[in-house]
Amino acid sequence: MAQNKASRWASAGFTQVILAGYTLLALFPIALILINSLKSRAGIFDDPLALPNSDTFSLIGFQKVLHESHFTLYFGNSLTVTITSLVLILLFGAMAAWALSEYKFKGSRILALFFAFGIMVPIRLGTVSILKLMVSLQLVNTLTALVLVYVAQGLPLAIMILSEFMQQIPKELKEAARCDGVGEFKIFFQVILPLIRPAVATVAVFTMVPIWNDLWFPLILAPGDETKTVTLGVQQFIGQYVTNWNAVLASLTLAVLPVLIMYVFFSRQLIRGITAGAVK
Amino acid sequence: MKRKFPWHIAVFLAPAFLIYAVFSAYPLVDTLRLSFFTTADSGAQTWAGLLNYRSLLLDPSWSEGFWGAMRNNCKFFLVHMCIQNPLGLLLAALLSMRGVKFAKAYQTAIFLPTLLSVVIIGFIWQLILSPLWGVSEKMMGWVHLQDFFAPWLGQEETALYTLSLMSVWQFVGIPMMLIYAALIAIPDDIIEAAYVEGASSWRIFWTIRVPLILPTLGLTTILTFVGNFNAFDLIYSVKGALAGPNFSTDILGTYFYRAFFGYQSQIGSPTMGAAVATLMFLVILLGVGVYFYFIQRKLQRFSF
Repeated sequence: MAQNKASRWASAGFTQVILAGYTLLALFPIALILINSLKSRAGIFDDPLALPNSDTFSLIGFQKVLHESHFTLYFGNSLTVTITSLVLILLFGAMAAWALSEYKFKGSRILALFFAFGIMVPIRLGTVSILKLMVSLQLVNTLTALVLVYVAQGLPLAIMILSEFMQQIPKELKEAARCDGVGEFKIFFQVILPLIRPAVATVAVFTMVPIWNDLWFPLILAPGDETKTVTLGVQQFIGQYVTNWNAVLASLTLAVLPVLIMYVFFSRQLIRGITAGAVK
Repeated sequence: MKRKFPWHIAVFLAPAFLIYAVFSAYPLVDTLRLSFFTTADSGAQTWAGLLNYRSLLLDPSWSEGFWGAMRNNCKFFLVHMCIQNPLGLLLAALLSMRGVKFAKAYQTAIFLPTLLSVVIIGFIWQLILSPLWGVSEKMMGWVHLQDFFAPWLGQEETALYTLSLMSVWQFVGIPMMLIYAALIAIPDDIIEAAYVEGASSWRIFWTIRVPLILPTLGLTTILTFVGNFNAFDLIYSVKGALAGPNFSTDILGTYFYRAFFGYQSQIGSPTMGAAVATLMFLVILLGVGVYFYFIQRKLQRFSF
């Protein structure tokens, strides 16, 4: 019995060592950047692994980034693109998901398949034609171009997840509303949309991250100074300032922070979303 | 009675259908079409049949780059398959054991890097591995390994593997989460029964839990495959469009970018870019096809 207990202790210890070790490996690089962004140049080079102290504390990197680059502008662009795309994906996605899961009509299966195709095939492969199309619509170097592409990219997954969720809504609810003579649009906006809120939140977090982080489409469709997103801005800013370590570290930190903050708020939602199938 | 046209269905579907059709489905089809054309110096496009593909696959001025990128992309994928997914399985297995302290905190922390932009991850690791800053060398010094330090990102032989490992570091959270979800979905009584029969934890893991989560392992494989053969951002932000040193980190995504936009003295060509994109499309389709027709079907038969 004692031996059994000892071996259980040993295995729990082993588990903790591996998990804690890997957690350290996952967090260390991010922490290193955050810590050093608050240090002076001398502090960064003399002892990269030390926390900032009264000698080495400095915000010079942040000053440089915020004054000499259009960081706030890029930030605003990213925010506009991400939020607009998100709202449209959720609204249009929920509407289409409702049509596909609720009504039986000719071609509904083919239409569902058509949308499902987009889950596996990356939209990036159509870039040559997307650029051509945007040029002919005179949308190059506008945020609209980015929004349109991201909405097209995000819809398939949103439709799939939301229709799965809508099928679980009890029939009686909809039938009762119809018996009362409520119109189809009213049913959707006032009965169904509020009911699927948890699923919408999950889809939102999943859709938001790739849009915020995308480099490819901003690089190709909107590289102009007025329309750069944060990801593209950081990429080019760092390229220009490789020798100014304070500025590089500060801009990395500024790019990481919003995601960190979002994760603090949404991590439970996100993790629950991924493990949804299991915890149901 | 005459049926009324179901306007509401059309209204619900129209916005999603239009945007998806115009900005996703049509460009994909049009890209396939463009790949059969060639661009003249004047910019005019004329029908060329399979000429672009012949150049890409056989003409050394194109094919060397293409096959190099393909080889590198396969290595990139293999590193993910051999390290990322087994590591994800190990972490998920440990997390799903009963009564592990801080499990939720570990999960949250390990998943964090997947949310950051690949651009940021690339630069962070570039700084850490930089000989100029010396963080890695210093830390290796703690365990007396400083003599083994090398500028891994700058050497032809190691650059691709270093980048692959950076990507593994970032994305290991995804297989970990998916496998974890599958593991905790296994009904407790199956495991209990095996314990009562006297099976060891190790044996239960390999003979009961792993076979039961095979569909999830298949899913992580195909997700890794599609993600890897579509990758671009990491290489571009760390190594630029030329994927140096000497193209040793070139993968299909960066090759596509160069074929489309050109580089140095070579002029880019939309039709050549379209041909590269179409070949990438075929590779991904092949992967997805193999997954659906062989692996998933077999797994379903297995589970019934």
